[in-house]
Amino acid sequence: MDESLKSLKLIIEALLFASEKPIMAHEIHNRCLPDESLSDIKTALKELHAEYDLLGRSFVIKKIAQGYQFRTRSGYSDYILRILKSSPSRLSQAALETLAIIAYKQPILRQEIERLRGVDAGGILRSLMEKNMVRIMGRKDLPGRPLIYGTTKKFLEIFELKGLDSLPNLKEIKEIGSNENKIFVPEKKDQAEGNKQGTSYPEKQHPGGNRESNQT
Amino acid sequence: MGYEVKLEIFEGSLDLLLHLIHKNQLDIFDIPIAAITDQYLEYLELMKAFNITLAGDFLIMASTLIHIKSKMLLPEFKDDDNEDPLLEITGPLLEYVRFKKAAIELSDRSRLDRDVFIRKNTIQPDQEIKDEDYHDVNIFQLINAFKKYLKQSPPEIPLKFHAEKWSIKDASEKILLILKEHSEIIFHEIFHAKHSISEFIITFLALLELIHMGLIKVFQPTQESHIRLSQAFDVLEEKHG
Repeated sequence: MDESLKSLKLIIEALLFASEKPIMAHEIHNRCLPDESLSDIKTALKELHAEYDLLGRSFVIKKIAQGYQFRTRSGYSDYILRILKSSPSRLSQAALETLAIIAYKQPILRQEIERLRGVDAGGILRSLMEKNMVRIMGRKDLPGRPLIYGTTKKFLEIFELKGLDSLPNLKEIKEIGSNENKIFVPEKKDQAEGNKQGTSYPEKQHPGGNRESNQT
Repeated sequence: MGYEVKLEIFEGSLDLLLHLIHKNQLDIFDIPIAAITDQYLEYLELMKAFNITLAGDFLIMASTLIHIKSKMLLPEFKDDDNEDPLLEITGPLLEYVRFKKAAIELSDRSRLDRDVFIRKNTIQPDQEIKDEDYHDVNIFQLINAFKKYLKQSPPEIPLKFHAEKWSIKDASEKILLILKEHSEIIFHEIFHAKHSISEFIITFLALLELIHMGLIKVFQPTQESHIRLSQAFDVLEEKHG
């Protein structure tokens, strides 16, 4: 490739490195590199994304919420949490279920969430909004003008999603009753399990699950 | 005391129903309504015995179950829509399970600050903006601003001459005091409480002095906007320490 693309890539690499938030191609274009075409910036981002993937380092560039961001691969949380002196972020099963309902059904009314889960959702909604994972999208034109809820960009960032359309499809349930463990979220994951889990649930969307390239 | 009973707490009626189905290893599409209803009511009794306040939806589900059971007892009762009465609970249950599974998938994703981590930036966003958008102001712009201010609001009290009440030192201390209270002020704000032209001038001289000493930063967000003043904190701390 020509020199200009190479230097463009280096600039963008530096931007990604220095930024805390995922950066989008048009942000780079508008704020830093107005003279470069958007398509060149996009090409550079894509190439960087692929290059880091192949490097086999412990961190990669991931596509998050329509932008790009440097992130560690999964499997190092044990060590990282120790040096950060923090504990892993946790969500209760109730919170996860509520979040799943909102993510798939948004825009959604609180009443609808409560119908689906069969319990009051007020407390959980509040705490999800405090965590900035859920937001009020507006009001529905119904008696009482009830609030409509949806997920935030932060939600995408937390769950490593490119966008809402990259949520896995809701599965049809053919038969339940055989295996209880599959229905209840195993919330108390200690870190050792958390690590194992990275390999036992290989999600091809994110490179973290792809351990083979790490080991070779 | 005597017994220790472990009572599982369910989040809602669907949660309890699902538990009963699992416990009995039943198929959700083929629920023996009589047995499930009995167990469900038994559980409610238990909760009552333990003085657990029952949420309304537990009772609604109980009545739904009994209603379905009674419907199914009636032989060949032709409903309007002729639907399987069990659908009334299998529908919500299936949806509930669907989202429970979705929650598991969500939980299994690598999660920020649990499985994966990002670099944290130390620059505060508003600091960033300041450095980007503010230009330095030179002495002429400052004098012009002063002139403009004088024109706009000439001191209303007629001039009186008396011995100098205000020293530059006093005035600079006042400016610094204001800046200590408000980290950033607009240029003309330092003149607010002044009454005579000499006070104006001394304040202005004091300002120049402070700028000269490097105790104050002067800047202007854009060409058109007000000139702003702020403390040059680090320098100040050095001088005092």
